[in-house]
Amino acid sequence: MTTPMLEAVNLSVRFGGLMAVNDVSFSVWPNEVFSLIGPNGAGKTTIFNLISALYRPTAGEVRFEGEVISRMPPHVVARHGIARTFQNIELFEHATVLQNLLVGRHCHRHTGWWQDMLFTGSVRRAELEFRRQVEEVIEFLDLQHYRDSMVAGLPYGVRKVVELARALSMRPRLLLLDEPSSGLNTEETEDMGFWIEDIKQDLGITVIMVEHDMGLVSRVSDRVLALNLGEVLTLGTPEEVQAHPGVIEAYLGGVEA
Amino acid sequence: MHFIFKTRYAQDINLFRHGGQTFWYAALALALVAAPWLLSEYTLSQFTFIGIYAIVCLGLMLLAGFTGQVSLGHAGFLAMGAYTEAYLQANGWPFMISLPMSALVAGITGIMIGLPALRVKGMYLSIATLAFGFILEEVVVQAESITGGNAGRQVGALIIGGINFDDGVNFYFLVTGIAVLCILGVLNLLRSPTGRAFVAIRDSEVSAQSMGINLAHYKTTAFAISAALAGIAGALYAHKIRIITPDQFGFLQSIELLMMVVIGGLGSIQGAIFGPAFWFVVQQFIVTGKDWLPPAIGQQTGLQPTIFGIILIAIVLFEPMGLYGRWLKFRTFLEIFPFYRKGMFKRQKSYMKSERMK
Repeated sequence: MTTPMLEAVNLSVRFGGLMAVNDVSFSVWPNEVFSLIGPNGAGKTTIFNLISALYRPTAGEVRFEGEVISRMPPHVVARHGIARTFQNIELFEHATVLQNLLVGRHCHRHTGWWQDMLFTGSVRRAELEFRRQVEEVIEFLDLQHYRDSMVAGLPYGVRKVVELARALSMRPRLLLLDEPSSGLNTEETEDMGFWIEDIKQDLGITVIMVEHDMGLVSRVSDRVLALNLGEVLTLGTPEEVQAHPGVIEAYLGGVEA
Repeated sequence: MHFIFKTRYAQDINLFRHGGQTFWYAALALALVAAPWLLSEYTLSQFTFIGIYAIVCLGLMLLAGFTGQVSLGHAGFLAMGAYTEAYLQANGWPFMISLPMSALVAGITGIMIGLPALRVKGMYLSIATLAFGFILEEVVVQAESITGGNAGRQVGALIIGGINFDDGVNFYFLVTGIAVLCILGVLNLLRSPTGRAFVAIRDSEVSAQSMGINLAHYKTTAFAISAALAGIAGALYAHKIRIITPDQFGFLQSIELLMMVVIGGLGSIQGAIFGPAFWFVVQQFIVTGKDWLPPAIGQQTGLQPTIFGIILIAIVLFEPMGLYGRWLKFRTFLEIFPFYRKGMFKRQKSYMKSERMK
């Protein structure tokens, strides 16, 4: 039995009087697509923020390949090979798409600021190599047309893809996607589905995603974790979870007694 | 109208992207070298001042325009550089060593001031740096044995390798040379991972962190580099003015520096040079132009600051991107003539304001 890629152990977080996440445990295995679903306020994004160490858990811990990451600063977690996107798109607005993607290569830099200031030969070589690697991502996601555009002027759907591209530029081992299809039209959602499948199969990256579009969830996910009010409802294949009475109740409300 | 056909990635990395740019910057360099023979002694002295202020503004631009950390205490770093230079020079240190020392002392002060930046943001950071400026001014007044207190401190003649640099032309070349080196250094930073990390922090701290950028490290680096540049400018300033007093490095100076950067255009290196250039040139024009007016108006007290103030307000109102933004529009107009349209630079309102995670 191999160790899970990511493991949440009795994870809890409390904001004042609110238990946002209450004793949640789950394991994500290498090379699977693992989805978190649940109504608004179920604690899905909070779990993402716990994994990327933007929040500290009140109790429990997160392990990445056996190593506890929930006590590390966020930038160190990123260096372990965990990339993420944000629900409300957090791109670097006043920079070009290319520059945004190059920031994704930041973890892999080996030069210090003094070398950068002199723009030594090693900085130049590293820059050309970064560019080559970023171009692969641009080609993968068909962003050639937008390469030199400022993010501030791009439509919402494109920004969504740029954010995915930026996360992929990190060449992560684990990718966290926070509502990848929100705000996208049917066609764009379709593309997003293909890309997630390719990310898993061709790039071999494990994906955890938060998603409301059940069509997309059933299409790409290997396993689904349903949450409500910070607690685990059920875990299983997309079909099992959708048929679970607790999930139906959480989304549609219970039968009146 | 021309189109650059790119065939190598290096074309996006090089400082000069195409032949046209190389040509115009070479022409500018030539003009700077020829300036002493073309300009009067007084004008050349004003150019030297522009050069010195361009170095400070470059540092402030890096910090405020590229890293998003607005400092209202930059005159303090200028003072650190000026007094370090004056003190070390009086103790017989050669300029080649005392100049880097001035940068170093100012840079270390910058790190100390940068530390609160790790905790506070935006307006609160500005107030913290403002307080630092006040404290430093007071320290300069009190430390009489080093700074000469309110009476001021004389700065000796600048002699490097037997050449007297107190002479206007020599000093102009020294300042211009150092300014060009500083600009190249900052340009290099901005086309490398460090510069991208700065911009990332400016635009979204939370995603910068998630990209593996160590916020504490890069914010402190930005403060240190910015302060070190101010220190270099301070040392040159001391030699230019020759007598330095604490009131030259007060709150007003910090505000003026920030104004220059904003007028020049936040987030552009050209802006850091346009800003101080505009500052000195326009003030000069107002002084000269006053004599053309009828004496009843021209001799009014406070006329110069009033006109200058109105001009500054007009720029901020009508050109939020500063002089660099205006220049960009003008250049585009020429490049694509006659196809320029009025609303081309109007930014689309972003329809989704992201809720930033605090």
